[in-house]
Amino acid sequence: MFKVIIMRNELITDATLVCNYINGDEPALEVLIIRHKQRIYSFIYSKVYDKDVAEDIFQDTFIKVIKTLKRGKYNEEGKFLPWVMRIAHNLVIDHFRKNTRMPKFSNTGDFNIFSVLSDSTLDAEKSIIKEQVESDIRKVIEELPEDQKEVLMMRMYRDMSFKEISDNTGVSINTALGRMRYALINMRKIIDKHNIILTN
Amino acid sequence: MAKLYSQKNPQKQIDLNPKDETIQFLLDYSKALSVINCNKMKFEALLN
Repeated sequence: MFKVIIMRNELITDATLVCNYINGDEPALEVLIIRHKQRIYSFIYSKVYDKDVAEDIFQDTFIKVIKTLKRGKYNEEGKFLPWVMRIAHNLVIDHFRKNTRMPKFSNTGDFNIFSVLSDSTLDAEKSIIKEQVESDIRKVIEELPEDQKEVLMMRMYRDMSFKEISDNTGVSINTALGRMRYALINMRKIIDKHNIILTN
Repeated sequence: MAKLYSQKNPQKQIDLNPKDETIQFLLDYSKALSVINCNKMKFEALLN
């Protein structure tokens, strides 16, 4: 029976096939799709110029067709093909509207979107290096004299102002500034002496 | 009447047809979809 429909499909009008499909004749849909697929797909492709997008819109068009027919909302006023074309046309418009809201960049040619966008999170290698650098710095700080270490820890790790450091340690602001300066000078010396590389 | 010497553009004919998988998907979708009428409301059910 299926073969008969395929063989005679040119004889059966769209309206009859639609009617048969609504009444539960599933193969009628295949005849309709095969009959019109080329025109509908070409129409979509001529607007979007992308095979994958055209494929998606073609699929969405027929999903809408199937839903409308099965829900019994299709009226026979218009013809089947112009109706499907109108659905496809509306979906093409939706596609372009969506793309203007969220433009799509393809990585073809000399422009690569990933040269503009970067991932702010560190990858595994960089996070290992970061840990290494931080642990080296902690070792260097441990080498400093106690008074310089105290000021540096308060300033860098606890984010205290020199006024707060002065209040906490009971020395003048100038002394705190001086200790910070010597702490940095001494750290540079230790780094140079041991050839420590602190780069990320 | 002027003769037309223009040749047909020897561009490759692009196969403008959807993939067979797409059509098969639509046919399967159609078979799986059933609309249930219930008190003037319509529900769609997708059965595998």
